Amino acid sequence: MIQVIDVHKKFGPQEVLRGTNLTIDDGCITTIIGGSGSGKTVLLKTMIALLLPDSGRILVDGTDITGLGQRPLNEIRRKFGFLFQGAALLDSMTLFDNIAFPLRERTRLGEEAIGRKVRERLEQVGLGDMGYKYPAEVSGGMKKRAGFARALATDPEIVLFDEPTTGLDPRLGQSIHRLIAAMQSQLGFTGVIVSHDIPEVFTISHRVAMLADGAIVESGPAAEFLQSQNPVVRRFLHGDAGEAVQ
Amino acid sequence: MTTLLASIGARTLGYLAGMGRGVIFLGSALLWALRPPAKFRLIIQQIRAIGVDSLLVVLLAGLFTGMVLGLQGYYSLRKFNAESFLGAVVALSLLRELGPVLSAFMVTGRTGSAMAAELASMRVTEQIDAMHSMAINPVKYLVSPRVVAGLIAMPLLTCMFNVIGIFGAYMVGVGLLDLGSGSYMAGMEQSVQLRDVGEGLLKSATFGVIISWVCCYKGFHALPMATGVGRATTEAVVLSFVLILLSDYFLTSVLL
Repeated sequence: MIQVIDVHKKFGPQEVLRGTNLTIDDGCITTIIGGSGSGKTVLLKTMIALLLPDSGRILVDGTDITGLGQRPLNEIRRKFGFLFQGAALLDSMTLFDNIAFPLRERTRLGEEAIGRKVRERLEQVGLGDMGYKYPAEVSGGMKKRAGFARALATDPEIVLFDEPTTGLDPRLGQSIHRLIAAMQSQLGFTGVIVSHDIPEVFTISHRVAMLADGAIVESGPAAEFLQSQNPVVRRFLHGDAGEAVQ
Repeated sequence: MTTLLASIGARTLGYLAGMGRGVIFLGSALLWALRPPAKFRLIIQQIRAIGVDSLLVVLLAGLFTGMVLGLQGYYSLRKFNAESFLGAVVALSLLRELGPVLSAFMVTGRTGSAMAAELASMRVTEQIDAMHSMAINPVKYLVSPRVVAGLIAMPLLTCMFNVIGIFGAYMVGVGLLDLGSGSYMAGMEQSVQLRDVGEGLLKSATFGVIISWVCCYKGFHALPMATGVGRATTEAVVLSFVLILLSDYFLTSVLL
């Protein structure tokens, strides 16, 4: 379980998170929505301490990660997989080596076992015969799939997704959503998705939370969220994000 | 007036903090280089990137530097009827000063800039964040091998520069200007000591570390925006040049 407690984060004079509180339940997919620039990605990155909050606490399975040293922090990070917005594949490596990278660096598995695991993940994301290609040689959708396969390589308990469908056409976006849902039900990880792909992302989300003005203004099960009477949520869902962002 | 002083103070503090971060970065890279498991494959890859990829430009620079030294040296020495000292002048200039400094400049331009651009691009495209998220230390993986490779490859390149430079001066002095081959070689043999070679190599090893350190630091801390890569590369090259010259002066004054 991840608990975000009264988190504040400033960049220069701009306060992006202003007392954000959120709880991510185990074993389900929670989607965080909000206007562009509302701090969704910042919130997601604080959950794995890629960004540290100015104040507040982030508890991962009860451990506050905001003041941890490098070694204990890495122990916590081993629970995570992260699919970055641009996939963030290492461009000097093939897709196969990208997925094998965390296994080679973090585990004691032999090359044979690593090869089996990587091929399994490549098959699962539909890139079975693409492992020899470099990131520059594949499409945006394939990069996202490979990034997802890398995020899943070490069987993480929690997977964070930063705008997993941004830059993809609606058909590819849907296929990524279906893939996330299928892998989550197969592997049972806790998923946190940051997205503004609305309403499509609701179809795979168990819970939805909305970030506006640096705070969570509404959260709940996806079906209930759609019926929310909160004016900020209603304005955002009906396409007028202006006030929600302000 | 107070505002001006505050502004100068803030800027000075900023520079000092930046220097502190840079030194901690180097210390961390060296510490991670010593911690097992050693990344031999990555170190060899980087030696190849620094050494092999810079070799041609270093050889060309060495050859023409030697040829110019031969030409200038011959006519300058002839005024004092001292042409026979050409070998000694060329060898000492190259071994002690020109070889380490000019080959370091060549490596900075050829490989250091590429190093800074590569790491800056990794920063901009979140590849360094991805390593953090995978609990993999990017300093150990990206920076330490480059610093170790700089330490090893730079003296080797300097040796190449020196040899080809001495050969270039020989071609001009002996081949074109009729200086005796024996005179050129004997002058060199009588004046060059092992210490001259050692001091030059010590300088070049220091420059190798400086180039890798500065270029990695600037690339690693590039601003995550489109202009970040260009700015990091320019700053890395300029700062490397300045630190090479600065450290050259201090090393020379200590070693003399």
